[in-house]
Amino acid sequence: VPLYGQNISRTLVSFFLLIPRPIMDPLLQVLKERGRSSFGELAQLTGKTEKEVAAVMQKYERERVILGYQAILDLDKTGHGGVRAVIEVRITPEREGGFDRIAARVARYPEVVSCQLMSGGYDLLIVVEGPDLKQVASFVSEKLSTIQGVISTATHFQLKTYKEAGVLFLEDEKSERLAVSP
Amino acid sequence: VKTASGFLASHVQGIPRSGIRDFFELVQKRGDVISLGIGEPDVSAPWAVREAAIFALENGRTGYTSNLGSLKLRREISKYIEKICGSSYDAESEILVTVGVSEAIDLALRAVINPGETVLYHQPCYVSYAPSITLAHGKGRGIPTRAEMGFRLEAEAVAQAASEGAKVLLLNFPTNPTGAVMAGKDLDALAKVCVEKNLLVISDEIYAELSYEGPHESIVTRPGMRERTILLHGLSKAFAMTGFRIGYACAPAPLIEAMMKIHQYAILCAATPSQEAAVEALRGAEATTSEARAKYQIRRDFLRGKLEEAGLRTMNPAGAFYLFVDVRSTGMSSRDFALRLLEEEKVAVVPGEAFGAGGEGFVRCSYATGLDQIEVAAVRIARFVKKLKGSQGASSLVAAR
Repeated sequence: VPLYGQNISRTLVSFFLLIPRPIMDPLLQVLKERGRSSFGELAQLTGKTEKEVAAVMQKYERERVILGYQAILDLDKTGHGGVRAVIEVRITPEREGGFDRIAARVARYPEVVSCQLMSGGYDLLIVVEGPDLKQVASFVSEKLSTIQGVISTATHFQLKTYKEAGVLFLEDEKSERLAVSP
Repeated sequence: VKTASGFLASHVQGIPRSGIRDFFELVQKRGDVISLGIGEPDVSAPWAVREAAIFALENGRTGYTSNLGSLKLRREISKYIEKICGSSYDAESEILVTVGVSEAIDLALRAVINPGETVLYHQPCYVSYAPSITLAHGKGRGIPTRAEMGFRLEAEAVAQAASEGAKVLLLNFPTNPTGAVMAGKDLDALAKVCVEKNLLVISDEIYAELSYEGPHESIVTRPGMRERTILLHGLSKAFAMTGFRIGYACAPAPLIEAMMKIHQYAILCAATPSQEAAVEALRGAEATTSEARAKYQIRRDFLRGKLEEAGLRTMNPAGAFYLFVDVRSTGMSSRDFALRLLEEEKVAVVPGEAFGAGGEGFVRCSYATGLDQIEVAAVRIARFVKKLKGSQGASSLVAAR
């Protein structure tokens, strides 16, 4: 029976991957790739005027399409890497609220950097960051597992990052393109 | 006793050294240059494509394929070309997989040209056309295209050139180096002339996916054209697969059969792992090509905007990844402009003269380079032009006095 369920969700996933995505606003595309740039630069890149860019960005921020701007860091290189764990959490859905109320409670902890409801063998996938192993472990045992409605947790500590937010952490291979070609 | 060069065939000896080659060596000597002189994408092939090549090797697919190319790949090409160019071809008999479009051009010319027959081609154009015609023992006749006409090929010009006798018309739209694209009505008129003058068309549509002002249109879709067109395309540009060397020709069976005769003796077949990779590429074509198009369009608009701000005009860059920039206002030849820009600002562009008649007065700027590099290059070009125009103004003042 579980195999059957897995097949269904796999089929669903591959089905969604096949749907061609509608074309994104070029402004969002540029912001997604380059982060927050000056209005002037963004205007040039998208062929809009600075005023238009400012207005559209304001709209996106108001509608919470744009939620924030962050740098993608390889913290291991700074010596302030800390510890990161991915935790699978099983919770009991509630009448009326479903998973949302407990998920929101979990997500509010500052230690939790991301929290998503998943299909499959568990309900929430959360990522927790802390200064060291001990503190992350104590967050799990003292705070997370003791929330009413949390049935079980499985904690996986992250060892090394190869790619994050679409950015490869590997050293770039040197380009071997010829300097001039026809 | 003959010296080594005394053994050379005269038609080969007569081919001049490529202007690009000269310039490449100059650029290569200097380090730290930002190059807008590169005619290939700045990214590697999509990972799924590279992985497919690895998978093919792991599974021992290291033998020959059919001379025409693997049937699996030809079937994918057949589906794809119908979508992109609007004409359907039989995978079994009307498609030939080649080692890049360059080989396909060579095959097409050699298959149809008797010694001394005339091939028309538009200029400025890709550097290989004239030499390929010569190597096929044909006679090339360049038809100039004009900046004021957006470097489109005018039907009347073709009619006039063909009236002196010609067998083949070689087309390349979107064009390297000008980026020009033919509008639908231009193609209508051109097709009519081709039928009237009984011309065979070899249409190199390697930049088909990189059309920014609307979907690509192929001349093959015009009435009477399918039976007289050899359509050439490949995966180098839109799929960033230059080093895989996969191109293909689509044409009525007798033409493909003739091209295959040459291909089977000269090449045998395109590299098998590359063909496997090409199958994967075509299956994921929609995502790859629309992403590439969107990326290049942003860069084009950016670079074009910056250059026009600096007072340099560009005409009709509706396709490919090149701007053909008018530098006549600086009073310099394209070569001097490119050399001084390299010397003083360390930016490499290709002088238009390298692309044949009509290229003088222009330089080709490729935007197949990261936006960060393009930004810096644009600032430097603007500074360079300002300096030139400043000194130009000063000297004319002196002259006036």
